Amino acid sequence: MNGQWYDAEAGPLVRPYAMTGGRTKPGPHGVRFDLIALVVVDPAAGGTGEEALLGPEHRALLGRCRDETQSVAELAADADLPVGVVRVLLGDLLEAGHVKVSRPVPPARLPEMRILREVIEGLRAL
Amino acid sequence: MGLHDNGPAERGGPGTDEELAALALKILVAGGFGVGKTTLVGAVSEIRPLRTEELLSEAGERVDDTGGVERKTTTTVAMDFGRITIRSGLSLYLFGTPGQDRFWFLWDELALGALGAVVLADTRRLEDCFPAVDYFEHRRIPFVVAVNCFTDARRYGTTDVARALDLEQGTPVVLCDARDKDSGKEVLIRLVEYAGRVHTARLLDAVGSQADPV
Repeated sequence: MNGQWYDAEAGPLVRPYAMTGGRTKPGPHGVRFDLIALVVVDPAAGGTGEEALLGPEHRALLGRCRDETQSVAELAADADLPVGVVRVLLGDLLEAGHVKVSRPVPPARLPEMRILREVIEGLRAL
Repeated sequence: MGLHDNGPAERGGPGTDEELAALALKILVAGGFGVGKTTLVGAVSEIRPLRTEELLSEAGERVDDTGGVERKTTTTVAMDFGRITIRSGLSLYLFGTPGQDRFWFLWDELALGALGAVVLADTRRLEDCFPAVDYFEHRRIPFVVAVNCFTDARRYGTTDVARALDLEQGTPVVLCDARDKDSGKEVLIRLVEYAGRVHTARLLDAVGSQADPV
């Protein structure tokens, strides 16, 4: 700990919000994605031709979602990007119709007891 | 996991988006710095705890006070999280809350829609978990206090801890070892059970107050 930063420690070479063109909030729809909102690739979305118009970060996110349904938090961690940046990029993908995003459980509401029981049983079985 | 495993989820019924039938639940793990939040998340998570960061303008100024807490050299300025897949389409996400006051704004976001919280406590520095207890009590988020039993710490009973923290009646206190998977599982089970009870009680209250005026 001598105050010197090398390699990964020094942070990214590209400033994170450069990837979003300086935008810090997702597009006009203004959706704020919850950390556990699940992102799925929209099967009805345009083919690879349309994707070519996307930036490399957009395509990387799309690729991750295609492999497996991912939460916003997982996408950010895997891509090693701040959550704020991932939210903007996801906003772009959502607007262009490439992905669908699940609505999180509404605040102050819990899932059904049936689900909670399932969770408890699932935890016991771990 | 993966939505594709769900098959065509017809049970979702008309109007629901079958692609989004998957459900993710969120549990927060809070407590003072160095109390073992990341350890607990790691012990129960099926994935190596991931770390996600919010970009902060004034990060890295303050140094944590680690008096009385050994073997912790890195500061958790980001959110650690883990995942437990209950079944295809139902997963539990655990988030270790940033342990410093200047990250309260992240707590608000994390707490939104959370199923409940685990407040980890260290009896050598019990006061470190006061802010977390206050936070969840004020926002009426169900939580359990899990006392992480460090080997060199004096043992206290759960009632002593409940009294020292001035917990609301019924708030469970569990002794645990944050490093141990089974112990961590037990803490989560207690939390989900308690969250279910709190939820049911609130529903009954709501029904009762609607019926009262008649």
